[in-house]
Amino acid sequence: MGRKLLLDKAHIEGIRHFDVYRKNGGYSAVEKALKEMTPDAVTEEVKKSGLRGRGGAGFPAGMKWSFLAKPEGVPRYLVCNADESEPGTFKDRYLMEFLPHLLIEGLIVSSYALGSHRTYIYIRGEYAWIVDILEQAIEEARANNFLGNNILGTGFNCEIFVQRGAGAYICGEETALLESLEGKRGNPRIKPPFPAVKGLYDCPTVVNNVETLAAVVPIINFGGEEYAKIGVGKSTGTKLISACGNINKPGVYEIDMTISVEEFIYSDEYCGGIANGKKLKACIPGGSSVPILPANLLLKTAKGETRIMNYESLSDGGFATGSMMGSGGFIVLDEDQCVVRHTLTLARFYRHESCGQCSPCREGTGWMEKILHNLEYGKGKMSDIDLLWDIQRKIEGNTICPLGDAAAWPVAAAIRHFRDEFEWHVNNPVESQQRNYGLAHYADALEITV
Amino acid sequence: MAEEIKLIKVTIDNITVDVPMGTSILQAARMIGGDVAPPAMCFYSKLKGSGGKCRTCLVEVSKGSNADPRPMPKLVASCRTNVMEGMEVKNITSERVTDARNGVVEFLLLNHPLDCPVCDQAGECHLQDLSYEHGKEGTRYEFKRRTFEKHDLGPYIQLHMTRCILCYRCVFVADQVTNKRVHGVLSRGDHSEIATHIEKALDNDFIGNVIDVCPVGALTDKTFRFKNRVWFTKPVDAHRDCPTCKGKVTLWQRGDEVLRVTGRKDQWGEVEDWICNTCRFEKKHINDWVIEGPTKISRHSVISQGHYLGMKKPTETFRAVHGGRDPKLLMDIHSISEVNRPGIDLSAIPGPATSDVFNAEKKK
Repeated sequence: MGRKLLLDKAHIEGIRHFDVYRKNGGYSAVEKALKEMTPDAVTEEVKKSGLRGRGGAGFPAGMKWSFLAKPEGVPRYLVCNADESEPGTFKDRYLMEFLPHLLIEGLIVSSYALGSHRTYIYIRGEYAWIVDILEQAIEEARANNFLGNNILGTGFNCEIFVQRGAGAYICGEETALLESLEGKRGNPRIKPPFPAVKGLYDCPTVVNNVETLAAVVPIINFGGEEYAKIGVGKSTGTKLISACGNINKPGVYEIDMTISVEEFIYSDEYCGGIANGKKLKACIPGGSSVPILPANLLLKTAKGETRIMNYESLSDGGFATGSMMGSGGFIVLDEDQCVVRHTLTLARFYRHESCGQCSPCREGTGWMEKILHNLEYGKGKMSDIDLLWDIQRKIEGNTICPLGDAAAWPVAAAIRHFRDEFEWHVNNPVESQQRNYGLAHYADALEITV
Repeated sequence: MAEEIKLIKVTIDNITVDVPMGTSILQAARMIGGDVAPPAMCFYSKLKGSGGKCRTCLVEVSKGSNADPRPMPKLVASCRTNVMEGMEVKNITSERVTDARNGVVEFLLLNHPLDCPVCDQAGECHLQDLSYEHGKEGTRYEFKRRTFEKHDLGPYIQLHMTRCILCYRCVFVADQVTNKRVHGVLSRGDHSEIATHIEKALDNDFIGNVIDVCPVGALTDKTFRFKNRVWFTKPVDAHRDCPTCKGKVTLWQRGDEVLRVTGRKDQWGEVEDWICNTCRFEKKHINDWVIEGPTKISRHSVISQGHYLGMKKPTETFRAVHGGRDPKLLMDIHSISEVNRPGIDLSAIPGPATSDVFNAEKKK
């Protein structure tokens, strides 16, 4: 069993409250950082830990922190991105709901490192009840002098504010989040300038995911080098994976990025195998935006190596035969699932969530959805598949923010790996309404010797 | 002593130009001019913060700068990317760019109604020019084009939301030129629309400028609505002593009748000065204005075909007004249009130009 750093205390009753959390060793990272370390030393520890952003892109957090511009007389901000809206991802929700003080603790330490005196949590609007949990946690922390003025007598001031989003997926993109936080329409900004130079209210800003900031706590507690020992290569530390789909035990799991995908799906400790004794057909390993992988490419890479649940191994082979770690939304599809229908669902989501600012995404996502709708409901043509490919190619990389890419990748991967299923839908318009295409050659790799 | 501006070298399509620090790639390309300048639908040099949205100006940066010669992995929006010392940019010489631009034009036209025959913007529409130069003959879109509920923006400005390409220029105008913005973008994604919240009239001294900045026919002049086609009207520079604006305008006349008043536009279709609503909508009589002379239109558009008596006509009309370039499509509008014949001198026609005039010509 892998070591747990974030969820090790999640099972303790009443851990949501300050007293219990403190009694179980909570807020020791704040004491250590504020009393014994300089802000630069905290940043240095995070750099040493090799912690990578847990929001999806996997950018090294310490590097991001060191990019923060520090002009004199200009306030700096830390913003916690809790706008977790990716279909299939619900790890931050679990973390905030059960361990709100872990996030608050991580935020205080990070604010100290970055010199942010006003720190914001931008939380997804649908997480209404978590707002109350977080605000209560903030109140408790303030009552115990872990927030507010002169924290623990060290002279460091910090306030944390929770801001609710209004139900837009796009506000999870960091610059759109900042726009929304400023009270404007949540349109992504055109980069450069990057938030590290001009972010919230045109001041230098760091935007980090909930899990990234929570991971700062064990890094300070155990030291960056100790943290870096967990995991393989550049994938250090532990990662929360929210597993869902046709598995026996859906839920949030903390893994240490050394276990194989096969173990993660089939071992009883994690997902517990495919539900109802079905076979694995495909899987999206990192949230709906990353490319889907058929079973034969999921468990083993194209080179025949065992695929490990970490950043490097999951993206092995590029987009041709690999995928991405993403935000850790692990969606498993069994043999009864139709890939065309699944792709349509995702396309509908991205069409609905496109902000409408730049033309390829605004027009292209809607177009893809309409074509996929035709294909799914037996009105498709063979040329539609090539057209879809061409549309996604023209969206990808040509948009302001990564939502265009996120909309294009699932479609591209579905066509790349499951083209025969699309063709079957075109050739058998009636039959495809009644039954599923099945497994074909991308069937369960456990039974096919690769 | 004026502060010395540092000039840096940038190469666009193998043409090197010296530009001041902080210039965008698009502006640098416009200094070279001609085919090298990428098309821009949303960028407006006089509006701060505009650009980056339409993605027609995408270019490939094959060398970042002298200091960091790595190429940029993605195509960049040239209107919002500043040049660096020694940067090398590929515009029309890059296949990636032409391919991406082709796609963007297709996306922009996807839900566009193509109602050019009844659109007042036709003839000076940037989307027409863009699709003519970079687009394809047909569309691969087989679905119903989207429509919107109609919004009334008051007595002067007509909104056709179906034609809008969401360039946000009119939003920036209202923010930066007028003192209060009452319209904006509502909804999200492909249902985004320009509208006022709960039917308000756009009422401000300078709000008429949204008509000038609109690259398509989404915002047009209600006082000019269905009065005439722009290529039948003659642009004339004029000015008046206006207490609110500089009063330097272009009148679009037919005979002595002033059909429309707009700001003076440069070769990139951008106005030189913002004009006020009084000049634009109220002063429609020739006696209100001091005429300076015919407007020289350097833009590549059908409106630059203005016919004046005694004017020396270029031998190869299209090429001459097009900066020496040939049209990208094989179709020439003069060869198929019944009404738009260069052979007929519009100024010589007494009264309004109607189809009878042209048909009479044909019968001869």
